[in-house]
Amino acid sequence: MAADVHKKKSWEVPNGSLAPGDGQHAERSESPTPGLAQGTEPGAGQEGAMFVHTRSYEDLTSPEDGAAAARSPEERRGEPAEQSSMEQISKDFSELSTQLTGMALDLDEEMRAGKEGKLEPSPQTARRDSVLSGKEEEDVTMDAWRSHRKHVFVLSEAGKPVYSRYGSEEALSSTMGVMMALVSFLEAEKNAIRSIHADGYKVVFVRRSPLVLVAVARTRQSEQEIAHELLYIYYQILSLLTWTQLNHIFQQKQNYDLRRLLAGSERITDNLLDLMAHDPSFLMGAVRCLPLAASVRDAVSSSLQQAKAKSLVFSILLSGNQLVSLVRKKDQFLHPIDLHLLFNLISSSSSFREGEAWTPICLPKFNSSGFFHAHISYLEQEMDLCLLLVSTDREDFFTVSDCKRRFQERLRRRGVQHALHEALRTPFYSVAQVGIPDLRHFIYKSKSSGLFTSPEIEAPYVQEEEKERLLGLYQYLHSRAHNSSRPLKNIYFTGPRENLLAWVTNAFELYVCYSPLGTKAGAINAVNKLMKWIRKEEDRLFILTPQTY
Amino acid sequence: WAQQGTVTPEGPRPSHTYKVVLLGSMSVGKSSLAYRYVKNDFRELLPTVGCSFFTQILELDEATVKFEIWDTAGQEKYQSVCHLYYRDAHAALLVYDIANKQTFSRAKLWLEELEKKFLPDEIVIALVGNKTDLAAEREVTTEGEDFARTKGLLFMETSAKSNHQVNDVFMAVGELWHGSSPFIVTEMLLPASPACTTP
Repeated sequence: MAADVHKKKSWEVPNGSLAPGDGQHAERSESPTPGLAQGTEPGAGQEGAMFVHTRSYEDLTSPEDGAAAARSPEERRGEPAEQSSMEQISKDFSELSTQLTGMALDLDEEMRAGKEGKLEPSPQTARRDSVLSGKEEEDVTMDAWRSHRKHVFVLSEAGKPVYSRYGSEEALSSTMGVMMALVSFLEAEKNAIRSIHADGYKVVFVRRSPLVLVAVARTRQSEQEIAHELLYIYYQILSLLTWTQLNHIFQQKQNYDLRRLLAGSERITDNLLDLMAHDPSFLMGAVRCLPLAASVRDAVSSSLQQAKAKSLVFSILLSGNQLVSLVRKKDQFLHPIDLHLLFNLISSSSSFREGEAWTPICLPKFNSSGFFHAHISYLEQEMDLCLLLVSTDREDFFTVSDCKRRFQERLRRRGVQHALHEALRTPFYSVAQVGIPDLRHFIYKSKSSGLFTSPEIEAPYVQEEEKERLLGLYQYLHSRAHNSSRPLKNIYFTGPRENLLAWVTNAFELYVCYSPLGTKAGAINAVNKLMKWIRKEEDRLFILTPQTY
Repeated sequence: WAQQGTVTPEGPRPSHTYKVVLLGSMSVGKSSLAYRYVKNDFRELLPTVGCSFFTQILELDEATVKFEIWDTAGQEKYQSVCHLYYRDAHAALLVYDIANKQTFSRAKLWLEELEKKFLPDEIVIALVGNKTDLAAEREVTTEGEDFARTKGLLFMETSAKSNHQVNDVFMAVGELWHGSSPFIVTEMLLPASPACTTP
């Protein structure tokens, strides 16, 4: 990779804070060192990033956790949506006033009239949905229910159940009442409950008025990581309703039964929890790309870029939970959390397989007060390639639908379909390609691009629980590396069944799993070799030249 | 009406595009009806997110008819955006589940809403009682047909699962729009399934 491809301008990072100083990025060095500046590590984009910059995992949680959660609810009432600088930018994005005012009005009317039972009472819809999703409601008095590794509950501040991962919410209303009592009791003392640790369980509370989220877990995750997952659930709910509407509802009627509005979407939340248990994307706060030859990816990106429309903000092509290409409006950045929510939405619904979907969707990290409209469709039957076109204009269905047609036409004309098909046949690469005998698996994240790469999980991690155990080990290393009171940069962990190494720098994060027979010196040697390999393969494993319209 | 091609000896055939919207409660089978009609297949589907769009082209005797089918989500949270989907519609299918009385009440509410937004001759409205395969659990008997008659709606009972009268609903709507007398069509439709005839 030649160094002179980098024009000075291309390093301007929009929010300014993370752009490396001039000169620091002059070399894309062959063998990265701990002092490697952000933006020069393998996988760093040549044209700047696609995503909102989140320096690290802490960025995703701590500003909110720290400041907002410490205050009492009285202080927080009437406060506008959590605002990151990105949301501020997005507010200026004038066309984005696609709020569903209609819905708010309908609700008002309905609440005044008090005809709640007249439409569809939620028990009915809940029953129907559980039938549809094939999820049998569990008996909450059984041992099987108690033995789940992680329970997640969402409740309103009035103590009303909103969601439970296992078992019906009705059966759990008294349990949730107790949870709310705990929260309220401490708040009365101008304090806040964060977690309870007892008997191998962690009970973690996340308060996001008007909701309270609680996890009861006996996983190896840290409290911080569990709280992070709960935040994802909160954002998932926002993506369906918007922050504005959620607050409006509870301001109108404190004991509103939110399950009415979430009916039919429980499986999206269920799916998100399952996904977080085995997909490292959420832990890394980064996005994985489908391995694809750079020339093919560039052709796909250009085709997407050319099939633009005035109202389009993001055009995203994805396969499974891997990104193929993302084209964005200039100056508009997607947050990895928002992209994860989109991935989850698509993977949890089979309905996109047929026809073209057109749905309101809120991207809570981008703007939690408004809806975008997303056009979602698969490119071809029986091919796992989903196109997502995010528009600001809910009236623009036919224009956006035509963008899809134009995109497909360009793909055909460029003749990359065959190569794309081939790439989809092997969506994961084998760790054997790296050529390091003791190496079993790794996760490498480029911080500046917000992208990560990871090979397929192979033997001996064949069983589902073995895979989860491996992810659990990564979670453990990650939590040690990102411990807020005592962060670590290098960790070498020797276990009975494998050895692991974690290396966190300003530019990248690397987690490596070796066979238990290797030595520490061997592991460190292997890291250098691995980094060289990633550098060599970076244009296939990452998106180095993200495009804008 | 099964004629193929767009050019007849008399010249190019006229073609019409009709927008048809499916409305109704969650889990009454709106997507299944659309899927059966467009793909002639049935499978258990998960709840629709937002709205799904399908097109289907019909070759009628005198014209080519293109249906733009908007299959809406029955979930309450999407109901406020539904007006986006039914605006300018030529036809609406109000779908309920014959084995669930509440969904029938909901279909009536949908009719009230449509009556507020459309003039009577602007839109063809069909009341569709779906899931006749669940006849053993039937909760809505003759009320559907009676209600349709008093309101002047097309009425039909269907089953997307067993492919009962699904094509007919769409055909009836199409025929009505391209010029046949509404009365003929309504009469043709009224002797519905035996389970539904008035005693």
